Amino acid sequence: MEILELDGICKTFGALTVADQISFAVSEGEALGIIGPNGAGKSTLFNLITGNIATDSGAIRFRGRDVTRTPPMARCLSGMGRTFQIPQPFEKLTVFENLLVAGAFGSERGEADVADRCAEILVDTGLIDKANVLAGSLSLLERKRLELARALATEPKLLLLDEIAGGLTEGECRSLVATIRAIHARGVAVIWIEHVLHALNSVVERLLVLHFGKVIGIGKPEEIMASRDVREIYLGIEV
Amino acid sequence: MTLANPPFTVETRTRASQLFAIAAILVLVIAFAAPFIVSRSIIQDLFFILTMLVLAQNWNLLAGYAGLISVGQQVFVGFGGYALFGCVSLLGIDPLPAILIAGLFSVALAIPTAFFTFRLYGPYFAIGTWVVAEVVRLLLAQWKALGGGTGTSLPREATRDMMGVDLMRDLFGMKAAQASDALTYWLALILVIATIGFIYRLLRSKQGLGLAAVRDNEQAARAVGVDARRMKAMVYLTTAFITGVAGALIYLQKARISPDAAFSVVDWTAYVIFIVVIGGIGTIEGPILGVILFFLLQTILADYGSWYLLMLGLIGIVVMLFAPRGLWGLFSDRTGIQLFPVRRRLKGGPLGHSIKGGPHG
Repeated sequence: MEILELDGICKTFGALTVADQISFAVSEGEALGIIGPNGAGKSTLFNLITGNIATDSGAIRFRGRDVTRTPPMARCLSGMGRTFQIPQPFEKLTVFENLLVAGAFGSERGEADVADRCAEILVDTGLIDKANVLAGSLSLLERKRLELARALATEPKLLLLDEIAGGLTEGECRSLVATIRAIHARGVAVIWIEHVLHALNSVVERLLVLHFGKVIGIGKPEEIMASRDVREIYLGIEV
Repeated sequence: MTLANPPFTVETRTRASQLFAIAAILVLVIAFAAPFIVSRSIIQDLFFILTMLVLAQNWNLLAGYAGLISVGQQVFVGFGGYALFGCVSLLGIDPLPAILIAGLFSVALAIPTAFFTFRLYGPYFAIGTWVVAEVVRLLLAQWKALGGGTGTSLPREATRDMMGVDLMRDLFGMKAAQASDALTYWLALILVIATIGFIYRLLRSKQGLGLAAVRDNEQAARAVGVDARRMKAMVYLTTAFITGVAGALIYLQKARISPDAAFSVVDWTAYVIFIVVIGGIGTIEGPILGVILFFLLQTILADYGSWYLLMLGLIGIVVMLFAPRGLWGLFSDRTGIQLFPVRRRLKGGPLGHSIKGGPHG
């Protein structure tokens, strides 16, 4: 059963094509990795999936429903959670309040009903010591963790992670990967854009390669990494 | 492994806020008794302070919580005032129900206004609201039945025979003018309590949390399921209602209205912004402190003519440079004291200690 289906998605910004006939599907509980050079249109693809940017043509189906024209808020309510590449915390709210907002609005319940779950997510993501600190005062790692924690608080069925391991140290990266694996193990489908390939490949079941807005390969990580196009375009290795 | 932790709890109360609640009740009791204790001119000063406080709380809700920087709130003061005069002078409605009707008229005006201005962002929104205010002022200046450009006065009987005035004359032996001053003062006091009570409740509710999220980062707020547009529109319409009611009350007390005074950007928006900025934007305490400072400055500088406005401007700039979150923000950051706490603090669980957070804003 497909949780997300993209069918011929196109998007141009003036003369620049950022999405060119993109079609792929993600199954329930699957983890898909997306790689591609800078400017390949990876983050734009996320914005198209979540509705922050409107598509020019093509259709997006999420959990069996056409959401092509649905605003981001409604897509969140139907089970889509996302993190931003550049963390976007609610800076003047505390870490706990950041999660409360996401929990209460994202799952359409009262604050009191989601408070315990939000506290548990803070424990799981290692942010519990910072619960009552203003989100604006967090370090980069903590901000990335907060992005993840806040997305989880909306109780997503599909989690979109945008370069969440970038800029982290080796140790920080390992603990983040462990957290993501645990989330995936609970049956949440994941689409993860990442440049840190060893982190990505230790979680995802399939890889998708994006280049100038086109899908140039999708399949098992080892097959993709071995393919000629990917080695040339992405790894810059002459074959 | 399971840790034997106490369950998590969420708290917003602080010790200072509980002490403050008791002090606030005392102040309110004295404030309600004021017409029996102090002179009529003091009651009129207090009326001015209270109505400016209502306007400031509303502007603070708009700008400090919904991120809607409007310089056109005078449109609702003026429109509320004119709606009251229309109801009382032309339709013969008693002033008390007319005040509420004026609020509804303001909401009716706010709906098409929002339709235009909500298409604009940031500074463009600010200019847009001002343009709308000027358009409404020019339109009302054409209304001959209410005096056109020169304005008009309320008929004397209207305030003398107002609901409640007779009762107060019988009960307290007040003269008609004194009774109507006391009545408008009490109405302003009730309006202040209702406004602050409403804003405080809103900020402590789920909607208030969503509003703070929208203010901090609209894109992220939408991504976690907050309907940012609906939330802003709700705040805009609510403040239009309260501002309209305040405008009607102000012009009921003045008993004379003209387009230039009723739609004055200086009186009803610039002063209000000054109050919020020096007091502390994004806090309920800020406008309360701000309005007191503003009144003191006005009293002290009253004899200096245009120097008065220059001084206000200078003080505004100094506060913005050295205390960007206003004087209350400065005080609250240093002491951690909040009189209207809205911060949700997580207690219990593996949290050995709780960390102090500043107020919203």
